[in-house]
Amino acid sequence: MNPVPDIFRILPEVILTLTGVAVMFIDASLPSTWPRRMLGWVAAIGTVLALWASVWQFSLPEGTGFSGTVETSAFTIFFHVLICGIVLVALLLALDTLPEDSHHQGEYYALIVFGAVGMCLLTGAVELLVVFIALEISSISTYILAGYRKSTGRGPEAAIKYFLLGSFATAFLLYGVALIFGATGTTQIYEIAHLAPTAQNHSFVVAGMALMLVGILFKVSAAPFHVWTPDVYEGAPSPVVALLSTAPKAAAFALLIRVLYEMLPSLRDMWTPLLWAVAVLSMTVGNLAALRQENVKRMLAYSSIAHAGYLLAAFAGFGTSGIAAASFYTAAYAAMNVGIFAVITLVSGYDEKLPMIDDFRGLLYRSPLLGGLLIFFLASLVGIPFTGGFFGKFYSFSAAVNGGAVALAIIGLLNSGLAAAYYLRLTLVIAQHSPAKSDEEIAPAPQVGIAVGAALAFAVIATLILGIAPNEVLHAAENGALTLQAPPVQTTSPGLSAGQLPSQ
Amino acid sequence: MDSINSSILTWILLAPLVGAVLVALVPDRAKLPNWIALLTALATFGLTLHLPAHFDLGHGGFQFSINLQWIENPAIFYHVGVDGLSLWLVVLTGLLAPVGVIASWSAIKERRKIFFVLFLLQQTAMFGVFVSLDMMLYYAFWELSLVPMAILIAMYGRKDGPKVALKFFLFTFISSAPLLVAILWLYSKTNSFDFTVLQNDIIVGLVPAEPLCWVSVAFLFAFAVKVPVFPLHGWLADTFSEAPVALAMVVAGKLGLYSMLRFHVGLFPFQARAAAPYLIALAVIGILYGACLALVQQDFWRLLAFAALSHLSLITLGIYGFTYAGSAGAVYQILNHGVVDGALFVLLGALETRYSTSEIAAYGGVAGKLPRAATLFVIASLAMIGLPMLNSFVGEFLILASTFNGVSRSWAVAAALGVILSAAYMLWLVQRVFYGPESELTRSKPAADLHFRELAVLWPLALLMLVMGLAPSYWMPFIEAAVHPQNRHEVRYLDFVVTPNTAPGGGQR
Repeated sequence: MNPVPDIFRILPEVILTLTGVAVMFIDASLPSTWPRRMLGWVAAIGTVLALWASVWQFSLPEGTGFSGTVETSAFTIFFHVLICGIVLVALLLALDTLPEDSHHQGEYYALIVFGAVGMCLLTGAVELLVVFIALEISSISTYILAGYRKSTGRGPEAAIKYFLLGSFATAFLLYGVALIFGATGTTQIYEIAHLAPTAQNHSFVVAGMALMLVGILFKVSAAPFHVWTPDVYEGAPSPVVALLSTAPKAAAFALLIRVLYEMLPSLRDMWTPLLWAVAVLSMTVGNLAALRQENVKRMLAYSSIAHAGYLLAAFAGFGTSGIAAASFYTAAYAAMNVGIFAVITLVSGYDEKLPMIDDFRGLLYRSPLLGGLLIFFLASLVGIPFTGGFFGKFYSFSAAVNGGAVALAIIGLLNSGLAAAYYLRLTLVIAQHSPAKSDEEIAPAPQVGIAVGAALAFAVIATLILGIAPNEVLHAAENGALTLQAPPVQTTSPGLSAGQLPSQ
Repeated sequence: MDSINSSILTWILLAPLVGAVLVALVPDRAKLPNWIALLTALATFGLTLHLPAHFDLGHGGFQFSINLQWIENPAIFYHVGVDGLSLWLVVLTGLLAPVGVIASWSAIKERRKIFFVLFLLQQTAMFGVFVSLDMMLYYAFWELSLVPMAILIAMYGRKDGPKVALKFFLFTFISSAPLLVAILWLYSKTNSFDFTVLQNDIIVGLVPAEPLCWVSVAFLFAFAVKVPVFPLHGWLADTFSEAPVALAMVVAGKLGLYSMLRFHVGLFPFQARAAAPYLIALAVIGILYGACLALVQQDFWRLLAFAALSHLSLITLGIYGFTYAGSAGAVYQILNHGVVDGALFVLLGALETRYSTSEIAAYGGVAGKLPRAATLFVIASLAMIGLPMLNSFVGEFLILASTFNGVSRSWAVAAALGVILSAAYMLWLVQRVFYGPESELTRSKPAADLHFRELAVLWPLALLMLVMGLAPSYWMPFIEAAVHPQNRHEVRYLDFVVTPNTAPGGGQR
């Protein structure tokens, strides 16, 4: 019946898994005195292969594999490419910034790759148990990575906090899955989509959705489930944060889109106001808290909470336009955020001797390249035109306006004005003259190596393309959005039919 | 020639950008960045002069148009074009660019590369605002123009740069948030960001009227902050006293006023008329308030800021009087204000570089030391006051006369009072700085008179003030073509009755 071998449906995941195993295996068999840096290149090559495999999946007919548990479609490919791209940048970044003598370098690369397996699988899964397994794979890797700097107190603290709260959130998700299973008798997303509107115990479906939302919103660090974010970002090593703040979130947003738009469009009237409130709360709480931060990573943590809010605004949009806007924003956010953390890693160093905003004073003169890049990424986060951040916000809010949520768009844009204050504060500090004492004493000009240079170039180009020529990416996001419908066994509920869209 | 006409606006937008890249690439040695910036600015100015030379006065609507698709969904176009309204503003922006470079020549001593890169980027953004006919493109340039300005204020602020930069940025950025929502809302109703399409759709009533009122308020608010209109001028004085001269002289006025004329009055003629009484009142308050505060300032940058508030309010009055002569006078006055303020900024900047203070009380008797500066300053001040034969006279006269005849006599009288006050504070400034006994500072500090570079920009500006005062008939036809009642969009569609009014501006001399 299905002419496509099942294994092709998860080819990127398979390649990543093999890469991860290979990295661990080589690490274990190398003499302990040998440098481990080349393992990073192995992981990077594996990720490039996985990226290629994702693109190759375009040639497959759309459909599911492994008895309807994983799917390949334009939607999954969009997120696969995005996640593999982020992981690639994170690996390149780690290659140049991990201290040469650090122990467990091999595990570090392997964990990143294993995390990527989970995230990729999460975007492709159409079965709630596979979703859960994928979520756990990605979470466990990131829990460990968050605590990688064991020498400081903050590292383990971050890891434990992340682990405890994270497992709690996953438990919520699992409970929600159980309730939905109880109401519909299945964990397959398409089937749930058909059964949910007529389910006998409809209140179970609603409760299940609410519990699942708690779990997912925790992963995207939306308020009020955001409390872990600043501590974890502060404690985890910066190259890990570059990954942590983007890839798992992209995967979680993909899951959120799938759960809401594909699995439970029938409950749209219920989840729209819920997400409206979460969006407003996230952006407001995130921005207000970020205003008072002195530590750059904490500030960016709160900023990422606010960005989750902007992204959730897209969910006020109808069907395709909302999904496309959310997908596009995820990409834009990932490009600029991975870039900004890459720069911060280089400036602050792996040990983070210089984590405060004041430590960045005069960066533009110490290192014009890094200073300029940091300003560029900050401008993108503010949402200055001709950068990815602008179109991300633009699509998100125009989806909201199209969906009738004008108030949400106004709150969001006023919030982005508020956000400009703290981004600008950092920008101005960077552009300010250093204090009279010698700059070199404070910090030597950071060096930019080949790998990290490539990572930065990648992030800059992605941010610029998303800001100047977003057509291609937007097409991809729209195509993805169009595929995101439960196959019509019976008429699906409103909100999903493309003919209803106000745009186009 | 056709191929040039159909691409000239792109070249004008690109030229400063190319210059910025060049400046970024060359080493910071021997004034090399300055020279490249100057050549770029002059070349761009040359390009802008192509526009009036080939503008077809008989042809209504937009010329030199380019309309290419930029983004497919939502449909955003690279749609640019100029009409009589934006034409001279583009040229003015081009003219002020070399002036700005010269004004920064010796004032900017360090980090010149960054300065000129951002300065040229700012040029592109301003050109973009004036030529964009797609709302999203316009908004993009509008926002872009904030960034170089804020960074430069922070870097080169005299005392409190970063704080003022933040204030400036937040004022304008937050006020443009509702603008973006309004643009998006219009798109959701009309499926277009194109200015001309929107104009049609709104006139023929495709858009529900009640929310449209809020949309027009959102537009107006964003522009009023940028102009600034009283009471939204909180950022102005600080920005004038902190920003580098080259940027301070372009920060206020033309961007906001142009946007009002084009996108508020132009898109929402009926809502704008409904708002007009309030704006007229605010404008008159602004004229008087600005003038009174200018009288008591201790610092000449702040004095200039409040003077600008007063003069820009007068232009706002002209715009919202909705008379033909008033609109023409307002547009002309935007140009005059740009030229006169540019000259005053260069002169005061020259004083500040020489004496390193902007406190008026520290000066006195400078005319003895810097006679050329004194002459030019007097000319510029007289032009600002509105002395007949100099440029501001034409604009101010048109605005005041049309307000008197077509709007309200009492408002016109009150506004005229502001013009008298402007004579008071400007002449008093001249007297305190240039004449009287030599102060401690002027006696002790040796200072050279204006040198060749400064004279090379100031004399042409002074000449321009005279020519614009004597022969407005050269400029007026372009402006009239744009603001003539027959060409008002809503009139063409609905045969709207315009208040009968005084003779058109060109024939008033």
